[in-house]
Amino acid sequence: MLSNLSLRYKIPLRISILILIVVVAVTVSLLARSSLIFKQDLSLSSENMGRIMANTLTGALLYDDVWKAYEIINAPFSVDSKNGSLQADTVIVLDKYERVYVSTAPRQYPILTDPALKDDEIASLKQKLSQHDPMSPVTIEMPGLGNIYVVTPIDSDGVLLGRLVMLYSHEIYIDRFLSFMRQAAMTAVLIIVFLLPFGVYWGRRTAAPLMELSKCMGQVGTSITEIPDCRILKGGDEIGQLGTQFEHMIEQLREKEALEKQMVVSDRLAAIGRFTAGIAHEINNPLGGLLNATNTLQRHGAQDPLTRKTVSLLERGLLQIKETVAALLVEAKHGAHAVTHQDIEDTRTLVMPAAQKKSARLHWVNGIHQPANLPSTYVRQILINLLLNSIDAVPDNGRISCEVSTTDGVLRIATHNEGEQIRNNDLEHLFEPFVSGRESGRGLGLWVTYQIVNTLNGSIEVSSGEDDTEFVVTLPLRQAA
Amino acid sequence: MRTRHLVCSLGALFLLIADTAAVENPLPQTPVRIGITPVFLDYQTAFLDDWREYLEARLHRPVVFKQRSTYRDIMDMLLTQDLDFAWICGYPFVRFRQHLRLLAVPVYQGEPLYQSYLIVPETDTDTRSILGLRDKVFAYSDPDSNSGYLVPQFQLHAAGEDRNNFFRRSFFTWAHQKVVEAVARGVADGGAVDGYVWDTLAKVNPELTARTRVVMKSKKFGFPPFVAQHKVDDSEFRRMQDVLTGMPNDAIGRALLKRLNLDGFSQGNDHLFDGIAELAKSVPVR
Repeated sequence: MLSNLSLRYKIPLRISILILIVVVAVTVSLLARSSLIFKQDLSLSSENMGRIMANTLTGALLYDDVWKAYEIINAPFSVDSKNGSLQADTVIVLDKYERVYVSTAPRQYPILTDPALKDDEIASLKQKLSQHDPMSPVTIEMPGLGNIYVVTPIDSDGVLLGRLVMLYSHEIYIDRFLSFMRQAAMTAVLIIVFLLPFGVYWGRRTAAPLMELSKCMGQVGTSITEIPDCRILKGGDEIGQLGTQFEHMIEQLREKEALEKQMVVSDRLAAIGRFTAGIAHEINNPLGGLLNATNTLQRHGAQDPLTRKTVSLLERGLLQIKETVAALLVEAKHGAHAVTHQDIEDTRTLVMPAAQKKSARLHWVNGIHQPANLPSTYVRQILINLLLNSIDAVPDNGRISCEVSTTDGVLRIATHNEGEQIRNNDLEHLFEPFVSGRESGRGLGLWVTYQIVNTLNGSIEVSSGEDDTEFVVTLPLRQAA
Repeated sequence: MRTRHLVCSLGALFLLIADTAAVENPLPQTPVRIGITPVFLDYQTAFLDDWREYLEARLHRPVVFKQRSTYRDIMDMLLTQDLDFAWICGYPFVRFRQHLRLLAVPVYQGEPLYQSYLIVPETDTDTRSILGLRDKVFAYSDPDSNSGYLVPQFQLHAAGEDRNNFFRRSFFTWAHQKVVEAVARGVADGGAVDGYVWDTLAKVNPELTARTRVVMKSKKFGFPPFVAQHKVDDSEFRRMQDVLTGMPNDAIGRALLKRLNLDGFSQGNDHLFDGIAELAKSVPVR
């Protein structure tokens, strides 16, 4: 149950419990200590008081002056100091026969009576006293919540004249204890009131980065790329390190996912390539025969108009098949010359009419100043395909740019257009044949481009944002033979 | 600096005035020594100061009140001429009659007489006489007191009781007001007290007397008198007597008498104390 509780609550709860335990423990130990000290104080101060009183009482007992003895033991009571001071409840002077000589509670302990007769506690006190040296003061606490008795001998020249018994009710002890407890409880409550919010705040602060991390981790599941940026606290402590590691991990996962996606696309394209190439070969052989046959039929066959028309239709259809198959089947064509500045400019001339038709502005940068060692036909075809696609995608009066350059042994073609963003789903199948985002066209342009780039060991990247779609083709220059 | 000057000047002025006063009202060096006993509320020190000032002004001499804890101490001082006058009880007066001169007798409720009261705690509603206090604790005021000792002793004696064993315990408080305290607090089950002191206490400290009950009032005896030791010279004796008996004649004197709860002082005569002398005769001296 508790183990399932969020750290958001668990840490503040634990801190709060700790605070409570500490406060309670400190309070209890202080109480225990203070009650012990109070008992010692009571014993010490009353024994001192007893000694002083006993000294003064010696004369009164010696001269048998009951009233003087009464005035001596009653002196502390005549001062109104009951509140707070350690004052005995009752003081009794016993004579040497242990009868009451005089007491401050004469009705309870009348003169010359045996106090033990009516008072069981005094009876047990007498019993306990018999075990002590009569000439030394002693403090006796009755069991349970009985009274505390401080007994001091009254002697003259080593002869015991009587005993001074000071009776302290347990109530003063309890009163003291209760008042101290109230004070301690109040202090404890104050401390708790001040500390608890701190504890809760602190706990939450401690838990917060973990919460954030946990939230981010919770989102890792279906897709890494969809995780929004996490505000993970960075720092040297464990949580900070965890955050850094987590971010690192997310980064790697993202790269891995992107790579995997790319590989899937490449694999699919390669499979489709092999498949189409196979079909194209299979189609090409009979196609050659069919074309030969129609050719022969046109030249030497029946000349009636229906047959001629039919044969002509057949030939056109077969030629279209050939063209399509030829488009699917990209083969390295050797013998083409290296790409020159003029080749690139020719391409521009070729696409200009299409661009003007849409009043699109074409920004052109031709960075080829000396021949680049790549088959010019292929490069031109790539360039034409990309540009025609861009012109197609761009709205009227839109803007297209094209940059061709060679750097570090690589030919780089980059085209931009202001067309609509390509949807994610479409991006995955962009380079597959017969896939077209538009109603016109066969959807072979990018397929062909891809095949050519592959053949030339290059790469092609697409990125599409709002109003900006970019195709970048990089082709490694061949080493001059 | 200015302040200091001022203080110095004031100091000088004060000395000058004090000096002039001393010159104007020269008091002889030997003071009149008056012994007082707890036959009245002698613990009222502020009252004593006022009374002393009053007497000094009338006698043109310094006056010293001497207080001792027992009647006997004052009697000893009188007999050894350490005192000139004293306010004592009628009992020692009759015992040492030949060494003393009767100076004045206070007048209380119109006559120079007073009574002894037998008191018990107010919780005791049964006791009707001293005989009801058998085996109880009893408080006397002073062995030389008539009302606080001689009277109850006589009562026991007259009833044929053994005065030494009648009570379980008896003790002296050495002052009448303390007998009232002892009984009020229950230290003693009964006590004998000067009726005048009890009545006066009932006025100044009614809570205390309310905790006691007067069981019995004795017959009337001569009020504790002011006496002079027999060697005091006549003029001094007369002057003192005049001052005391003249107290009702001026406002300050009347105010002081009111605080004493007395009407005044009379010259009195020895026969006032015959009753006490009779008791003393019938009860053997301790």
